Amino acid sequence: MREVAIAGVSMTDFGVSENTCVEMFCEAGIDALNKSKIEPKNIEALFVGNCLGDFEEGQSHIASHIHAALGLPMDSPAMRYENACATATIAVRQAALMVGAGVYDVVLAGGTERVAAMDTPLATRTFAMASNAGYSAPTGITFPGVFAMAAHMYADKYGIEIEELQKYMANVSVKNHYHASMNPKAQFQKEITVDKVLNSVMVADPLHFLDCCPFSDGASAVVIGTKQKVMEMTDKPVYIIGTGQAAGGPIINNPDMTRIKTREASVAQAYKEAGVKPSDIDLCELHDCFTIAEILAIECLGFYEFGKGYDAAQKGETRLGSKKTVINPSGGLKAKGHPIGATGAAQVTEIVEQLRGESGKRQVEGAKTGLVDTLGGEFGTVCNLILRSE
Amino acid sequence: MINQLSLNEYQKGLADEKLLGIHCKKCNQFSFHSSVVCKHCGSTELETKNFEAAGTIKTYTVIRVASDGFEAPFVVALVKTDSRIHVMGNLDIDPDSVGMELIGKRVSISSKKVNPDPYAKEVTHTLKFVLE
Repeated sequence: MREVAIAGVSMTDFGVSENTCVEMFCEAGIDALNKSKIEPKNIEALFVGNCLGDFEEGQSHIASHIHAALGLPMDSPAMRYENACATATIAVRQAALMVGAGVYDVVLAGGTERVAAMDTPLATRTFAMASNAGYSAPTGITFPGVFAMAAHMYADKYGIEIEELQKYMANVSVKNHYHASMNPKAQFQKEITVDKVLNSVMVADPLHFLDCCPFSDGASAVVIGTKQKVMEMTDKPVYIIGTGQAAGGPIINNPDMTRIKTREASVAQAYKEAGVKPSDIDLCELHDCFTIAEILAIECLGFYEFGKGYDAAQKGETRLGSKKTVINPSGGLKAKGHPIGATGAAQVTEIVEQLRGESGKRQVEGAKTGLVDTLGGEFGTVCNLILRSE
Repeated sequence: MINQLSLNEYQKGLADEKLLGIHCKKCNQFSFHSSVVCKHCGSTELETKNFEAAGTIKTYTVIRVASDGFEAPFVVALVKTDSRIHVMGNLDIDPDSVGMELIGKRVSISSKKVNPDPYAKEVTHTLKFVLE
């Protein structure tokens, strides 16, 4: 495989948008191209992540329409990817693999999503479609419900009182809102308190409303190329030094919900390819769709032993300024927002800007190596990318 | 010859109060419907067999914000059956009376009608759990 690097990265503001999925992707895409000093006519392929455009705007086949709006050349192909919430990470990984394999020298990848175009009943129904339609969906399980069941199992397995675990989980939300308060692109740029989380309404026992990420609109795009091409576009290339991806089906296939086996399989591939270990990772953007999800992730990714990650946020170990791996300096899905088809590319954008020292008040000092972690469905897809600045 | 328990056959079974799974003749373990191989050993020597209608609650939640077609609050539980296959379904209980003590409790398993898809023509069943 050839060495693969990232040039320009960009994301729209996350929140509620009046622009279409195509328009949002173009906003991020053209900004990423401008930052890379490359024109659309020189992009050899387009990799677009989008989950629910069919339902949001009646728009399937979106990659071709984005391609046209961006003015890419007709002989550059455009592809759409869908893997639930891990969608954009998979688009970025597929792009990187194609460049690494020698098929293309420079491509554009990313994702776009406009959930707020749907009313709430349609949004809930389309989100639930990522669980197994024949087996899981008829139980009425929701995604907060999936992670709520994981939280109860975690508390039972490690002998933690559920009221105590709720406080530890609330600290994850407080930490991620603190990080987002310094992120001008984030959906929620305000701090919250543990009490506020614990007093918000219950969504799925034991998860409160403020344990959950929001519905969001947004897009993000990154320019990926060979080392040689990217050196021509930027004096701060960021290298993709390892990737991984795993698949696992529904929950009943992986019933120990405290161990997300797909994540363990995916990140093992990425660590092996990159030749790094968890203690080498300076910062990580991971899949905190719910607060318990961050606790499970920091254990599965190897930053903490199993059953020992629950109080990391409460002790400040995952917060900006910590000597340990800083988790979700962007504010994470919880506070930066979670436009599902765009999230992975936005995680890449955050890590790349951090490794270039361009993250302003939320800069992780001296960051050299970062990990992207994105999960889809009822633990059925996980994708990881390891990025390094030298 | 591949034995594939289709979703349709599984659902028809639930309508008749039969709990059908895919049983592996080689390793004696169960997999869920639509699989063409045993998820434990990979064998294709499979047969359709009833799994035990009783088991133990491994975890649960009370859904308080429901999807289209469901009325909150209600309890979803993950149960390990006595046939060692894990299944998900609804616990028939007052949702406001439950807590962590549910985990480890024994349940009997039957089925009930649900309507998760307002656009679907077919009636769907899911599993119903009752505390023993």
